[in-house]
Amino acid sequence: MAATTMKVRQKKKIFTQDHVITVIGNLLLAIFLLLIIIPIIYILLCSIMDPATRSSVGVTFDISHWTLEGYERVFQDENIWRGFANSFFYSIAFTAISVVITMFAAYPMSREDFMGRKFFNAFFVFTMFFGGGLMPTYLLMDQLDLINTIWAILLPGAANVWNLILARSYYKTVPGELREAAAVDGASDMQYFFKVLMPVCKPILAVLCLYQFVAMWNSYFDAMIYLDKQDMQPLQLVIRAILVQNQINPNLIADMEKMAETAKLADLLKYSTIVISSVPLLLMYPFFSKYFEKGIMIGSVKG
Amino acid sequence: MKQLTVKDRKKQAPYFYRFGKYVKKNWQLYLIFLMPAFLLTLIFKYLPMFGIIIAFEEYSPLQGYFGSQWIGLYNFKRLFSSTEFGRLFLNTLKLSGYNLIWSFFPPIILALLLNRISRAGLRRKAQLIVYLPYFISTIVLAGMIRLFFSSVGPINSILGTTIDFMSEPSWFRTLYIGSGIWQGAGWASIIYTATLSGVSQELIDAAKIDGATILQQIRHVELPALKPVIVIQFILSAGNIMSIGFEKVYAMQTDLNKVTSDIIPTYVYRLGLEMGDYGYSTAVGLFNSVINLILLIAVNMIVKKLNEGEGL
Repeated sequence: MAATTMKVRQKKKIFTQDHVITVIGNLLLAIFLLLIIIPIIYILLCSIMDPATRSSVGVTFDISHWTLEGYERVFQDENIWRGFANSFFYSIAFTAISVVITMFAAYPMSREDFMGRKFFNAFFVFTMFFGGGLMPTYLLMDQLDLINTIWAILLPGAANVWNLILARSYYKTVPGELREAAAVDGASDMQYFFKVLMPVCKPILAVLCLYQFVAMWNSYFDAMIYLDKQDMQPLQLVIRAILVQNQINPNLIADMEKMAETAKLADLLKYSTIVISSVPLLLMYPFFSKYFEKGIMIGSVKG
Repeated sequence: MKQLTVKDRKKQAPYFYRFGKYVKKNWQLYLIFLMPAFLLTLIFKYLPMFGIIIAFEEYSPLQGYFGSQWIGLYNFKRLFSSTEFGRLFLNTLKLSGYNLIWSFFPPIILALLLNRISRAGLRRKAQLIVYLPYFISTIVLAGMIRLFFSSVGPINSILGTTIDFMSEPSWFRTLYIGSGIWQGAGWASIIYTATLSGVSQELIDAAKIDGATILQQIRHVELPALKPVIVIQFILSAGNIMSIGFEKVYAMQTDLNKVTSDIIPTYVYRLGLEMGDYGYSTAVGLFNSVINLILLIAVNMIVKKLNEGEGL
């Protein structure tokens, strides 16, 4: 009798501990989710909030205090438009060049019979751990006359070793019999690659496109050091002037007479700029999200 | 010199013969598939390595790599004896060391938490939210931090204070690491989530039937499954301690927080591209990469020992 009570009590205790852990865990998760969502909603709200109201009352959901002034003014800034156009061009071109080159190179590297595989592997992997550094790379670009050309942005990062490894790992999951069968039918490597391999490699293709597009869209360093001309600047450099260096196109705030008003308006423009510049990636995001896990999982199979 | 005997030649010949035959038959693999990546890597990754030579020169662009005066290790002596060196080195080490300690575990915890949500639809929604900040650019993130933490920003109005966080050197690391977790923990958790989804549900069910508590299930089922991935991730991040990204630090740097935010990469940038001190800048950069390489090898060796021979 006593033993049974003990058992029951133990069971109760176990239940209680699990219960507490679950509650704490879910609470932690909820806090983390809120910490992500609240700043994002706050920014959205601030970008449509009348600047005077925001500084006196704070953000409200009261529509009568909302304004599209920030967006109107930011859209008048031709630098932003040009930045958008440049960034789209750089990101699409870079994605195309980089993904083609990387997917191509990964194919021989994935074949067991490829002679010289060890050498090429060492050749590529070494660059992940050691490099020339900033100045030697800059001087090289200068000597190649690539400064102030689009190639300074598009070429140096195009052969991405990490992506090459991802693609190679993915190819290895494709049964070798497919290639043997294609070879028997007299298909060349090119034919096999495009007609057999690529159709079954769409997930990795999507993942690499996403990675490279995001990487180029969000980067600013290469553009900052290699492009002096203002009309070549990508969006991130344009918004860097606004958000980080606090240099707002004077034409956009010229009509403000008082310093205080100018400062409030400047903040409104910053919030609108943040929203506008983030829209393209956030629109792409749900479309690609189904490939995330698959793509990263492949990479983890063999680093 | 020893002449190759006929026998040796016969032993060697087949390899080159086979290689030649293979290349001839599979020329597409070399000339079409591999060539572009090979050339790009050679030009943009290996050529700059030869440029490191200017770390040992009084480099002047007019005289070039071979005409500039050779000064040996002078630039390194200058670095080690400079008053800034200790601060820069410590700043770099502290920023990435603390970053590693604070940022390494949240993704694992997050993955374990997400994995416990039994309703698939709910889990999917939670995942979409935690991955989202990864798509925010460095510049936008820095802009958000500057707005939120400005002396009149929302954080100060919540706290009822007027601290100018971006001008306070003591806040730089906290802001850098905190925002890093905010932005990256979700994305970094994907690899653990994906690994956990590979753990057979039967194993967890069996543990439940045996009366294992949640903590016991995590300890005996989920953590062992995650261990290899955790090891790889740890080597990668610990080995890259000196190669902390330039972009975010530079975007968050202000004149006033430089005491803590000035790290070797921003110093290399300032020396080389703003002050035109090419040789010295290259020397500082080289010092950084060599330390990084040594760290990577050391961490890999240590983990190999601890982890029964399984390293990277």
